[in-house]
Amino acid sequence: MLRGRRRMEGALDAQSLISISLRKIHSSRTQRGGIKLHKNLLVSYVLRNARQLYLSERYAELYRRPPPPHAPYPPPAAPLAGPPELGPLPPGAEEQPPGPMPRGCGLPEPPVLLPPPHDPAPLELPGAPPQPPSPCRDSAPGFYRSGGCAYPALPGHCSGRTTVLDLDTHVVTTVENGYLAPDCCSQCPCCCPPAPGTKRKYYPGPGEEDDEDEDEPAAGGGAAAGVGVAPCPKRARFEELSPEPPPDASNISNLISIFGSGFTGLVSRQQADSEHGQLCSKQALASLGAWTRAIVAF
Amino acid sequence: MGEDTDTRKINHSFLRDHNYVTEADIISTVEFNHTGELLATGDKGGRVVIFQREPESKNEPYSQGEYNVYSTFQSHEPEFDYLKSLEIEEKINKIKWLPQQNAAHSLLSTNDKTIKLWKITERDKRPEGYNLKDEEGKLKDLSTVTSLQVPVLKPMDLMVEVTPRRIFANGHTYHVNSISVNSDCETYMSADDLRINLWHLAITDRSFNIVDIKPANMEDLTEVITASEFHPHHCNLFVYSSSKGSLRLCDMRASALCDKHSKLYEEPEDPSNRSFFSEIISSVSDVKFSHSGRYMLTRDYLTVKVWDLNMETKPVETYQVHDYLRSKLCSLYENDCIFDKFECAWNGSDSVIMTGAYNNFFRMFDRNTKRDVTLEASRESSKPRAILKPRRVCVGGKRRKDDISVDSLDFTKKILHTAWHPTENIIAIAATNNLYIFQDKVNSEMH
Repeated sequence: MLRGRRRMEGALDAQSLISISLRKIHSSRTQRGGIKLHKNLLVSYVLRNARQLYLSERYAELYRRPPPPHAPYPPPAAPLAGPPELGPLPPGAEEQPPGPMPRGCGLPEPPVLLPPPHDPAPLELPGAPPQPPSPCRDSAPGFYRSGGCAYPALPGHCSGRTTVLDLDTHVVTTVENGYLAPDCCSQCPCCCPPAPGTKRKYYPGPGEEDDEDEDEPAAGGGAAAGVGVAPCPKRARFEELSPEPPPDASNISNLISIFGSGFTGLVSRQQADSEHGQLCSKQALASLGAWTRAIVAF
Repeated sequence: MGEDTDTRKINHSFLRDHNYVTEADIISTVEFNHTGELLATGDKGGRVVIFQREPESKNEPYSQGEYNVYSTFQSHEPEFDYLKSLEIEEKINKIKWLPQQNAAHSLLSTNDKTIKLWKITERDKRPEGYNLKDEEGKLKDLSTVTSLQVPVLKPMDLMVEVTPRRIFANGHTYHVNSISVNSDCETYMSADDLRINLWHLAITDRSFNIVDIKPANMEDLTEVITASEFHPHHCNLFVYSSSKGSLRLCDMRASALCDKHSKLYEEPEDPSNRSFFSEIISSVSDVKFSHSGRYMLTRDYLTVKVWDLNMETKPVETYQVHDYLRSKLCSLYENDCIFDKFECAWNGSDSVIMTGAYNNFFRMFDRNTKRDVTLEASRESSKPRAILKPRRVCVGGKRRKDDISVDSLDFTKKILHTAWHPTENIIAIAATNNLYIFQDKVNSEMH
């Protein structure tokens, strides 16, 4: 899939492109005249392309690498995000993702949560700033001014974990210390043997769903909000808690895998060559929906 | 090319060092009327300036055919949408002239949200000799009025009056990118990112939605409308271009909602050229029917293409505008230049096409001889009435004298808006906040 792609000149690689693109989306929120839908759509294409390259590079490295040792932390208790077709995740398999060390801290902040534009009932969060009312689905023009409603992943969460529920797909994701423990690339059964007893998907029943709704923040959309060029404080947190700092590359997986939902329009154009790649890219591509919602949710 | 008329900029010489340009003065659209007698420009500050061509006179041979300011008016003001907390820019996105039907001229101007119909009239006579009022307009003392007189019209200095006749508001949720007057002279269409509306020129409180590509789930959005135009002769046909590089020809007779195209013009992507930015550079920024109505001209970031209405699979002609930028797309993405929307234009006989580029260069392609030329619109490089010298951009290798290297191109100097006189070889080039008008006195050859 990426063989036909020419590497761009010089300095820019996938990660820089991703951070530049996110910066553009972020700054477009404050520009005069409102969000330019066309420009943001084009930026989202660059994001997708860069992410595909990044993920396939990551995957290629993982594939070459021997299986990682068992993690020092306990496996996350809450289930993890992902489309149903992927197998159960090994616990803590990807705390220390391999790969080249970070190129610098130009990367975006870890996930920022915004209610999706179609959300009719924004959830209340402890300590979260008030959210502006979401437009109704019928009359929503697709523009939703979130200005200021972006808030970082709950810092006050007692266990350092953030669990988000995507109201569109009812998929629950757990992020440990701002870092999604199972990276999407590790979900390929070929490189990491599945551990029994770890739930990967979560389909709340009718009763459970209400409970979950109250406790957990809404997910979906708006990852770009709050992205800036500031150094990543989450990274500092990683350093506190883990023996070696994870590379910044992991933040990108956080951003893109924390939201799981379909983006069929873009996915249909891109098909992976191999089935391994397909497993990985499918899930990665599937989470691009969040980007578009970020773009049009303003 | 012939003389150089530079208007609208008062004095740049002392500002040149600071490279300072008032943002409001940046020209955002240029359009000749149907006879070429009038030229309208819109700017980012919401103003419209109309130029009129002086009639040729034997007394002053050098001023024959020059364009001078005819009228200036404020078309749009900044607005604020309180519901969405959005500021609506006053920048004029497009101006389209209506065909002249009486002594007055009319044009449509639009910003991101609202289209306005303006009527431009001249007043060169005024009535004098009122019975009850004197020359200053004061009421006369009735005792002094002894006889009745009929007021007569006396000549006065020409006054151009511009009045807004219609305001077509609240038709668009997204940003309006183009308007086009139908050949029936009764209707026009306006296109935003996702929808196209059909209006009647006399009716402002409603419009028909004829194209709607908004997906039910905005997550599934993959393309937006970038430009649209009515066919010059067939009042039922129009074309719209998309950010994916395709053109759709629609027939309004087929159905009320023209979501299904009659023809889809799309060229398959060359896989060897695939890059991160393939989607961006394939987005069509402008589409123009030829005067004959047989062809369409499209502009994407690096090329202009001529399409035959009868052939949907690929364009009949493709011209490289500045292919040397292909290896610079990363930097152009970083500095946002890759999002620049260049326009394109046909000449009156559809034999030459023109489009702008960077460094105040603009390019012309002769479709018959297959020759092309790069010219520069700048004060420094062209004295008035001098012949424009062809420019060359060198991409490494042998560099001739006066060549510009790719790395020294000034990307802040972009020519996005150009217009060609409908019948003569006169072109209007908008270079940021300067308007250049070039005339071809002698039929010079392209080289």
